[in-house]
Amino acid sequence: MPDWSKEIRTAIAGLNLEPTREEEVVEELSQHLRDRYDEMLAGGADAEQAYQTLRAELQDGTLLKELARMVARAREPLAAGSNGQKGFLNGLGRDLRYAMRQLRQSPGFAMVAILSLALGVGANTAIFQLLDAVRLRLLPVKAPEELAAIKITNATGGRTGSFVSSYADLTSGIWNLLRAQQQGFSSIAAWSPQQHNLGQGGEARNANTLLVSGDFFSTLGLSPVIGRLLSSSDDYRGCGAQGVVLSYSFWGKEYGGRDTVLGSKITLDRQLFQVIGVTPPSFHGVDIGRDFDIAIPLCAEPVFNSKNPWSDDPQTWWLAVIGRLKPGWTPERASAQLATISPGIFAATLPGKYDPINKKDYLRFQLGAMKADKGVSSLRGEHDPLYILLGLSGLVLLLACANLANLLLARASARQREMALRLTLGASRARLMRQALAESLLLAVIGTAAGVGLAQLLSRALISMLASGQNSIFLDVSIHWRILGFAAGLAVLTCILFGLTPALQASHVDPGAAMKANGRGVTSGRERFLLRRILVVTQVALSLVLLTGALLFARSFRNLLTLDAGFEQDHILVASFDYSPLQVPPARRVAYKRELTERMRAIPGVQSVAGIFIVPISHSGWDDNIDVPGGPQRQDTQFNSISSGFFQTMRVPMLAGRDFNESDKPDSPRVAIVNEAFARKYFQGANPVGKVVNNSEKPSDTYQIIGLVKDTKYHSLREDFLPTLFVATSQEKEPGEGLTLMIRSNESMESLASSVKRVAQDMSPAMVLTLSVFKTQIRDDLTGERLMATLTGFFGVLAIVLAMVGIYGVISYMVVRRRNEIGVRMALGAARGRILFMVLRESIVLLGIGAAIGTALALAGGTLAGSFLFGLKAHDPVTLGGSILGLAVIVVLASFMPARKAASVDPMVVLREE
Amino acid sequence: MKHMAAQVFDRELKKGSAELLILSLIEHRARHGYEISKLIEERSGGVLKFNVASFYPLLYRLEERGLIAGRWVEKAGQRRRRYYRLTAQGKDVLKTHRATWLDFVNAIHRITEAENA
Repeated sequence: MPDWSKEIRTAIAGLNLEPTREEEVVEELSQHLRDRYDEMLAGGADAEQAYQTLRAELQDGTLLKELARMVARAREPLAAGSNGQKGFLNGLGRDLRYAMRQLRQSPGFAMVAILSLALGVGANTAIFQLLDAVRLRLLPVKAPEELAAIKITNATGGRTGSFVSSYADLTSGIWNLLRAQQQGFSSIAAWSPQQHNLGQGGEARNANTLLVSGDFFSTLGLSPVIGRLLSSSDDYRGCGAQGVVLSYSFWGKEYGGRDTVLGSKITLDRQLFQVIGVTPPSFHGVDIGRDFDIAIPLCAEPVFNSKNPWSDDPQTWWLAVIGRLKPGWTPERASAQLATISPGIFAATLPGKYDPINKKDYLRFQLGAMKADKGVSSLRGEHDPLYILLGLSGLVLLLACANLANLLLARASARQREMALRLTLGASRARLMRQALAESLLLAVIGTAAGVGLAQLLSRALISMLASGQNSIFLDVSIHWRILGFAAGLAVLTCILFGLTPALQASHVDPGAAMKANGRGVTSGRERFLLRRILVVTQVALSLVLLTGALLFARSFRNLLTLDAGFEQDHILVASFDYSPLQVPPARRVAYKRELTERMRAIPGVQSVAGIFIVPISHSGWDDNIDVPGGPQRQDTQFNSISSGFFQTMRVPMLAGRDFNESDKPDSPRVAIVNEAFARKYFQGANPVGKVVNNSEKPSDTYQIIGLVKDTKYHSLREDFLPTLFVATSQEKEPGEGLTLMIRSNESMESLASSVKRVAQDMSPAMVLTLSVFKTQIRDDLTGERLMATLTGFFGVLAIVLAMVGIYGVISYMVVRRRNEIGVRMALGAARGRILFMVLRESIVLLGIGAAIGTALALAGGTLAGSFLFGLKAHDPVTLGGSILGLAVIVVLASFMPARKAASVDPMVVLREE
Repeated sequence: MKHMAAQVFDRELKKGSAELLILSLIEHRARHGYEISKLIEERSGGVLKFNVASFYPLLYRLEERGLIAGRWVEKAGQRRRRYYRLTAQGKDVLKTHRATWLDFVNAIHRITEAENA
């Protein structure tokens, strides 16, 4: 009888069937051939003839060809428990269900895993959402890619005058000529964000307004929700207070979204306007980060500034310009055209009052166009802290992944026997790997989903942290495809990062060894343990970076908080009064101000009151160039105008000379008080009292210095002390219709504020006032720093927790693995202390290596953070040393528990187990 | 001539209707591969013949498509054999095949008979 199985094996050798499958085919076919052979012999054929016939059938290539077509769709060998579905992805659902069961069996592990992933993914997604909202989103208008902003591209110097908007790019004069002469845009529009008071008197209730040229909405291609939007017919010179357009959110907030709003009147700075329409809900202006409430035609500006309309002033910078490029025009081409018309425009609009140096700069200005498909935003700095935060949160995620990989490795070693058994039963390694990956995938997906949910809370919390009383921030952080894509990317990445190694490990089990080793570590465990050590070293290194970052930003924030700004911030209320509604004649204004000040001073609990023009740390300023006779010329110097008693109110020590007093009148010689920085810069630190300085632009303005005070911060806490010259408000020749008072009181700020409101109301109900607590205002200035300190602190704590869990896990695992060894050592007389030390040494070695790598990383990363720090260097040795020490304490603490457990092993018990 | 016709018919069958034959033969009871091929040969009076190289791939493909299911069965004193039975899905397919085939044969029959009449 021929050996048919051998023949068949030869015939199908090229197919590389899975061994079990091949066996089945060989068995079935040889059975068939045996039956045929017997039948042929029975039918009278001789043995050789029958053999040759059947062999020819077998070897004509048909079998190989036909089977090969099937093998192309080959199935994997069936794993134990499989129902025989084919293909790598088939049965994935079953794997996922199995993984779900596995997770349900160890809820503690599942919770730690999902929570750490959720935190990691949540932090990353939240920060990415902010980045997306600030930097990546296109404006929700028609064909945003055609939009470009027009600005002066080389405006470094030469622009002096008033800057009365956060986007003070151009003056009215430049805008008018630009509109007439540009060729690259099918339409262009000017806009200017402002604030106007909705109230009729009392405490001001400001709306964010947008002064827009008539073509603004048509340039953007917007349609109204109800009514109509502003058009070029609404924007004509001398239009006065006419129609305005509301934003969708303002319409909902103030009018409950009712149609009856059309035609109703709205008061803005005591001027009556008529509502003509509402903008679509998705539109929040072209300034990302700031929403608007009401859009007003540009031509209405003079009604708010009737004495000195910005529209007519060549030195008032208040407009930003956006335009829609003509088909075929790029921003570059448009810029080239703008460059050709710039000299003419700037020559025609040159302010007559400019000094020769400013004139020269001004005439060199060039207009240029730049892409504005994503709008404009003051939140887009060159050094964006969001990138640092994204980097740090990325590290947190890496840390969470390392932690999870570690936990999964531990689980994998616990399930080694299961894997070995399944391999023995015929499961392929790919199949086992898939099973292990299914669990990681499940964790990643659940963790990511939870993370995305968490991110919604986090991103909104971040925005409210960024916003402050004076400065509200509006960002659209709704979920859309880019966010989901980012999160899905994170899920896949994390799954690969923490799932792949354990999966590979699982599939590389040596069944024989694993089955023999009775539930304890096996030889492959050494390799796996090395991997776990590497993971812990990674965790220590990453934690160190995060901890250092947290400490750096916390210390930087503390430096700012505890900084001596030169004045006492507590117990001061800043009250701004606008009494222009009262139409007080210029001759009576000084008396009116004095009365107002006296009434405030009379409020019970008030210690002192002083007037000021520029409130410190308010990011506003007034600077002028001064000449020091016989000394430096044209020196940029900060100015401020104050009343007598200001330094007393602010608790700024007078170092020499006197304060302003009653004798300093408009017609008496101009006097000034300077700070130490001023004396240092212009008089080499000598006592400046008695010296004289001149205003460079108005040489007739001569100030005699009568006092020297200690340095105070001017614009912000972060800047150095600037040379400052204080002039007396009492010497102003044309007193205005506003007054800002700093009121110091022992009473609580709330009761003081209500007293101030009442007193102002008593004087005139029409007076408009704005109140803020000075300390809060300063705190608001530190919003960014607070955010960085809070978030990095949060990341730091997270890092510590994750590192603790990781180290505890690894050391515990090591202790279990070396239980026998420890037992033997103790039986041979090793003291408990020695065992304790032996275990701790392990973690200290890991800490050492991790800390070395972490230090290098922290130093490298520190350079990026440098520009955000105040009062300390990024490579601050104290911070770094503190972080290492802190981490060391945590590592030792985390390994102490398992170490003590190791040292309390009863050698007899362990040895009996052997 | 008979041999020639058998060859052509054989090829066509392999392409289109061998499935029908196999499915019909195991409609009521499970059979092993050799039994099926033997029955085809016998019942067709030797006109239809499958050799081992083309028959088993056909079986495996039917199994892969879920129309039939194979199972190793051991009987006392015999080598184990793989028996194939019709699955529920196979039953449905057989029903459709059979109906189509009958329609086809009837149509051919009608045409050829009409010409002869």
